Amino acid sequence: MIFLTRKAEFSSAHYYWNDAWSKEENERVFGTCANRNGHGHNYTLEVTVAGEVDPVSGFVIDLKEMKEILEREVVSVYDHRHLNLEVPEFAAGPCAKVPTTENIAIAIWERLDGKIRGAKLHRVRVYEMADLFADYYGER
Amino acid sequence: MEESSRTGRKAYLSRRYRLSASHRLHSDAYSAEQNRAVYGKCNNPHGHGHNYIVEVTVGGPVDRATGMVCDLGELDGFARRNLLDRFDHRNLNMLEVFRDTVSTTENFAREVYRIFEGFAGAKIERVRIEETGNNSFEYGKQGCSH
Repeated sequence: MIFLTRKAEFSSAHYYWNDAWSKEENERVFGTCANRNGHGHNYTLEVTVAGEVDPVSGFVIDLKEMKEILEREVVSVYDHRHLNLEVPEFAAGPCAKVPTTENIAIAIWERLDGKIRGAKLHRVRVYEMADLFADYYGER
Repeated sequence: MEESSRTGRKAYLSRRYRLSASHRLHSDAYSAEQNRAVYGKCNNPHGHGHNYIVEVTVGGPVDRATGMVCDLGELDGFARRNLLDRFDHRNLNMLEVFRDTVSTTENFAREVYRIFEGFAGAKIERVRIEETGNNSFEYGKQGCSH
């Protein structure tokens, strides 16, 4: 089994807010992240897949294809967007999630799950900044 | 997507803390000559130091209301009080924990893990310490449970 990791980057705006709470409660729990004008990050995404090496190509999967999948499924949707306003899983509605680093990792897993042929999705790691990142392994 | 908004799926949050400390690798179980042979320049009696990067990984269900494994402010506060205030700009060998234990980064990683077992906000899963850009040491869970 070989683990293969591909990186991608996206820059997005977001804020943290739970509609079920008062303004005061949101500000108490989320601090400066609750500013409704939003703020942003340069996110780094690392997607790790696991698989066996194809004896002919020597690849686990074609990296070019993985790059295209990440671009199509994630980067084109998240990059230079406001997550709370423009990305369905975080936009207003009963199913909207707070766009924390943890939830972004889970949402990206959902976007990629089943899309990468020939390898098993192993880990989604999202860096919000160099010193803070979240991992999701598909555990429920 | 709908299901994931309601279930507390398990995720991991990692935070990197930076601290600078001096130390000297020396074991009382060895002779002076053996210490020099085993630890080389790290056995210099005057000590030396590193800019350590301590990467702490906690895990747990993502809280449905906050979207978080734990409150980052609480984690940072715990790290400030129990890691940075105790180890940053110190000589590790002078600290109680390394009185009878060699201050290798392996042992340092185990100690940091033990310290974060006292963090109530989420379960410590892994500690990874970069002693230099070329050396890093991990203690705890590798990858996930499956």
